[in-house]
Amino acid sequence: MRKPLTIRILSSLDTKSWIALGIFLALALVVVPVLHLNFPEDSAFHISTYAITLIGKIMCYALVAVAMDLIWGYGGILSLGHGLFFALGGYAFGMYLMRQIGRDGSYQSDLPDFMVFLDWKELPWFWVGSDSFGWVAFLALALPAVVAFVFGYFAFRSRIKGVYFSIITQALTYAAMLLFFRNETGFGGNNGFTDFKRILGYPITSSETRLVLFGLTAVMLAVTLVFAAWLVKSKFGRVLTAIRDAESRVMFIGYNPLWYKLTIWVISAVICGIAGALYVPQVGIINPSEMSPGNSIEIAIWVAVGGRGTLIGPIIGAFVVNLAKSWFTVSFPEYWLFFLGLLFIIVTLMLPQGLVGLWKKLMDKKGASA
Amino acid sequence: MSMVESFLDDRPEGSDGSDQMGHFVTGELDLSHGVALYLEDITVSFDGFKALNNLNLEINAGELRCIIGPNGAGKTTMMDVITGKTRPDSGKAFFGQSIDLTRLTEPEIAHVGIGRKFQKPTIFEQHTVFENLELAMKTDKRVWKSLMAWLAGDERDKIAETLRLIRLDGEADRQAGLLSHGQKQWLEIGMLLMQEPKLLLLDEPVAGMTDDETMRTAELFVSLAGKHSLVVVEHDMAFVEKLGGLVTVLHEGSVLAEGDLATVQNDQRVIEVYLGR
Repeated sequence: MRKPLTIRILSSLDTKSWIALGIFLALALVVVPVLHLNFPEDSAFHISTYAITLIGKIMCYALVAVAMDLIWGYGGILSLGHGLFFALGGYAFGMYLMRQIGRDGSYQSDLPDFMVFLDWKELPWFWVGSDSFGWVAFLALALPAVVAFVFGYFAFRSRIKGVYFSIITQALTYAAMLLFFRNETGFGGNNGFTDFKRILGYPITSSETRLVLFGLTAVMLAVTLVFAAWLVKSKFGRVLTAIRDAESRVMFIGYNPLWYKLTIWVISAVICGIAGALYVPQVGIINPSEMSPGNSIEIAIWVAVGGRGTLIGPIIGAFVVNLAKSWFTVSFPEYWLFFLGLLFIIVTLMLPQGLVGLWKKLMDKKGASA
Repeated sequence: MSMVESFLDDRPEGSDGSDQMGHFVTGELDLSHGVALYLEDITVSFDGFKALNNLNLEINAGELRCIIGPNGAGKTTMMDVITGKTRPDSGKAFFGQSIDLTRLTEPEIAHVGIGRKFQKPTIFEQHTVFENLELAMKTDKRVWKSLMAWLAGDERDKIAETLRLIRLDGEADRQAGLLSHGQKQWLEIGMLLMQEPKLLLLDEPVAGMTDDETMRTAELFVSLAGKHSLVVVEHDMAFVEKLGGLVTVLHEGSVLAEGDLATVQNDQRVIEVYLGR
């Protein structure tokens, strides 16, 4: 008797993980809003707007980290261009936010300010429909998917692997960054999109809007985690790790690695697109620097720090590294990159399994001595 | 058929497995003329060096053939050509009467019924023994099917049966990387059997095995012959002798001699090739 899909999805996480997930959602959807809205700003229980924005932003990064873990930890394919898919999702959704500004921009025009500045008289063709929430939500998924599919198809078909693949993805995001820096590309040049006013007609900086976006991001993170857990526990996941470990054996038993790699690659890109779309309204800006090679490398560092091939590890890694970053960039801004480099070296040399691996080792030791 | 169509194609698997990938068209496996594998004038050169030089080889259906030859004779390259890893510069390679191997990719060749064991045991070390066999099992191997796959009872039975045959039934849940070298060899043979191939290519299958394991492997192969065709590359002459069957000697990319073991061992040219080194 074959089990129905819902049961299989339920069994992809153990009871403890489901409870942890429930607690996480209760915190994000109930506790945080209550503490933010019901306590005055000077109360010890108050959660500030700054904290909500910061955690919301990091949850978006955590989504990207899960996407990276799928392709790198399970597929063995290191992408150094995942910032591109994140930015594409962000830009797609940013178009909508720019249109929602309406005539409240500095030039009081129907066109976004940067177009008025360029003396454009009408919207370019690729902005058509950008005032529709549904259309841009679709674009935020479809654009990363299409770019990933086309690039991945040719790269995987040519059997480009390892460091060569990583370098090409790095070049891809860099090229895209240069393209988006140009004013003529039609996405605001180096300033990108900012000064958003509304989302679906609601003021974007109001507490309620922020809390809704925060909650949505938390739900998305939870859903993605469950989906990813189901994916890697399915036979598909086993084939994927088999390709990582012995690709030629996989081919000679009759699987075509191309489609497996391409599937996980596109899924990974789409998750990044979702993350980007959730990121932009919370942070309030998207510009080409999101596509800079450094950003994409940082994604890999989150995953390495948390622990590759563990799904939960990369989420932990994204939180640890980014909380450290927001503390460092305030206290010792000039040392942040040194610290990041040091962290990467330490993790690579001493903690090949990341923080999750360290935790497991400690638990084993405790279990052995008890 | 377009890329996307083949990606989503959900046709049930064909009787001979040839349309499982959904995106290639090839003849059905036809063994009616008694020939399982037919290589004619195969030449492969790497930077001017001819790894295979007008190689001709014919394997009958159900035959067990041993291939011997000194290092660099082209044994592994020959297997690469048969399994689609290397394309010959010239020559013909047919599986049965109608399947042109030079036009198919590695996974497609696996689907039409050729299984290959590598010289170095190549298994999925991070997976359990059970999962190794599960992944190899003959079934629809497209992405969508793998996403939705769930082992049925008869599939579990099939895996259990193979586990017994390769004497790993006590190790089903063990991580494959922790097996001994000989056990890994057996696991890889088991994976081959799960594919239900018509032709098995076995590159030094008993390297690293104990004498006892070697003899058991020979018995297994002899029992497989008849229903399957087997091509065994081996250096261990005791093993070759135990297998019986015809022996083909390769040297510098072509066939030097062919016959039963005693005949080729007494062949003057064969002795020269082996002792001249």
